[in-house]
Amino acid sequence: MIHKYIQNDKYIVLDVCSGGVHLVDKLTYELLDYAKPPFEKVCPDEILDKMSGYDKNEVAECYDELRELYEAKMLFTDDDYAKYAKMAMKAPIKAMCLHVSHDCNLRCKYCFAQTGDFGGCRMLMTPETGKKAMDFLIENSGDRVNLEVDFFGGEPLMAWDTVVETVKYARSIEKAHNKNFRFTITTNGILLDDEKIDYINKEMSNCVLSLDGRKEINDNIRPTPSGKGSYDIIVPKFQKLVAGRGDKDYYVRGTFTKYNLDFANDVLHINELGFEQLSVEPVVTDESLPYAITEADLPAIFNEYDRLYTIMEKQTVEKDRKFNFFHFMIDLNQGPCAVKRLRGCGCGNEYVAVTPDGDIYPCHQFVGIEEWKMGNIFEGTVNQEIKDYFAGMHIYSKEGCSECWARFYCSGGCNANSFIYEGDVKKPHKLSCETQKKRIECAIALAAVKQETGE
Amino acid sequence: MKHIKTVNKANLKETAAKGGCGKCQTSCQSACKTSCTVANQKCEAVK
Ligand code: SF4
Ligand code: SF4
Ligand code: SF4
Repeated sequence: MIHKYIQNDKYIVLDVCSGGVHLVDKLTYELLDYAKPPFEKVCPDEILDKMSGYDKNEVAECYDELRELYEAKMLFTDDDYAKYAKMAMKAPIKAMCLHVSHDCNLRCKYCFAQTGDFGGCRMLMTPETGKKAMDFLIENSGDRVNLEVDFFGGEPLMAWDTVVETVKYARSIEKAHNKNFRFTITTNGILLDDEKIDYINKEMSNCVLSLDGRKEINDNIRPTPSGKGSYDIIVPKFQKLVAGRGDKDYYVRGTFTKYNLDFANDVLHINELGFEQLSVEPVVTDESLPYAITEADLPAIFNEYDRLYTIMEKQTVEKDRKFNFFHFMIDLNQGPCAVKRLRGCGCGNEYVAVTPDGDIYPCHQFVGIEEWKMGNIFEGTVNQEIKDYFAGMHIYSKEGCSECWARFYCSGGCNANSFIYEGDVKKPHKLSCETQKKRIECAIALAAVKQETGE
Repeated sequence: MKHIKTVNKANLKETAAKGGCGKCQTSCQSACKTSCTVANQKCEAVK
């Protein structure tokens, strides 16, 4: 299977199953409408006829080149990975989303946690529960050495003591168990102060800082409980944090909605504030809500991705790249193995979320949906039926993924979005598929440009 | 080749046999997480 598309002036051909990316000329691009395996020794007459607008010798030459690639297994390769799906199956738990706070000090309109409480009571996790969760993770992690813990909420800074004590505890026992904890945190920034900033920069290998872009965009959708904007409070704090971050990872991440379909301006704005690692992504929500993105918005969104791509392409060519855009980042040479690519999301299998009560859910987006509760860390049990179910969720078990050209980059989408918006984990959320595919096209094109310019 | 330029040398096929060790980061496609999506993730077995 191949996928071909035009990005700006580039004719790009992706060989889906080998991951090969080829830049071709216009003639070859058109020829691929007709030239398919099995390839003949010489270009068949009916193909020459169809390409009558071009010089016959040139067409024949292109045909030969395509055949050569095909014979070298770089074009029209087969999908023979299904046998590996089993290998990617049940795995130890190695990552945890720790909901230290089911409370929040902002009232973001699109929040899937429903202003932080996940539809339940406002609640903070105690340090004891945090520690117990670390024990649970170690016990269930089998032979995995690297364990990831993300402090999440609501707003995790509201349970700061729990964060600090949990980290301290995990660090005190990791060596004895031959584990290596990696902590990350996702924060809205309101409660950041110098002490927390220093701590985060020391202990957290990655942090996500939430900001939606331009002041009016951010403040409209991310107000404080009193209805004021959050921009002026958080931007200086984020700047301070990032200034002290050294070479550790961070992302400033925003969400775009129907209110800012010109979101490239928000990306550029965040960059102008001094941030270089950026992620701005479409809101996924109930389509009846006023800020929801619907199918009708897709052309505008695609245009905007193209505009952002063009800006980044230009910066790359001029060797003056000012920022990374999270979803335009693809490593064409050292990315994950084919097995890893069969299942993108580790939810309910390698990854679980734990609530302030110690309840276990497949991931942060399933939290509060009773039917998906997997157990409780104090009982120490994990519902194996649910774990098996998620272990079996790969591109060959989901609707449409095994025929989708983007399957080895997307790896089957977000299980929670599929369940919440399409009613079934096996049915990928269509709108997300469309934006995902567009971003992958841009990412592959940008990777090709980087390769050409030697970045 | 005159008409085709191959951008990457890596071939997914070759990664399959030795893959699946599970050392790499867990992925999440969701917008709200630090976790990587698969596409921009790195293999940790080659390090
Ligand atoms: S570390 Fe590399 S080989 Fe191992 S599963 Fe991840 S991508 Fe595959
Ligand atoms: S884009 Fe959609 S159909 Fe394609 S692999 Fe991802 S989830 Fe599956
Ligand atoms: S279900 Fe979605 S949100 Fe949950 S871990 Fe998977 S990709 Fe992330």
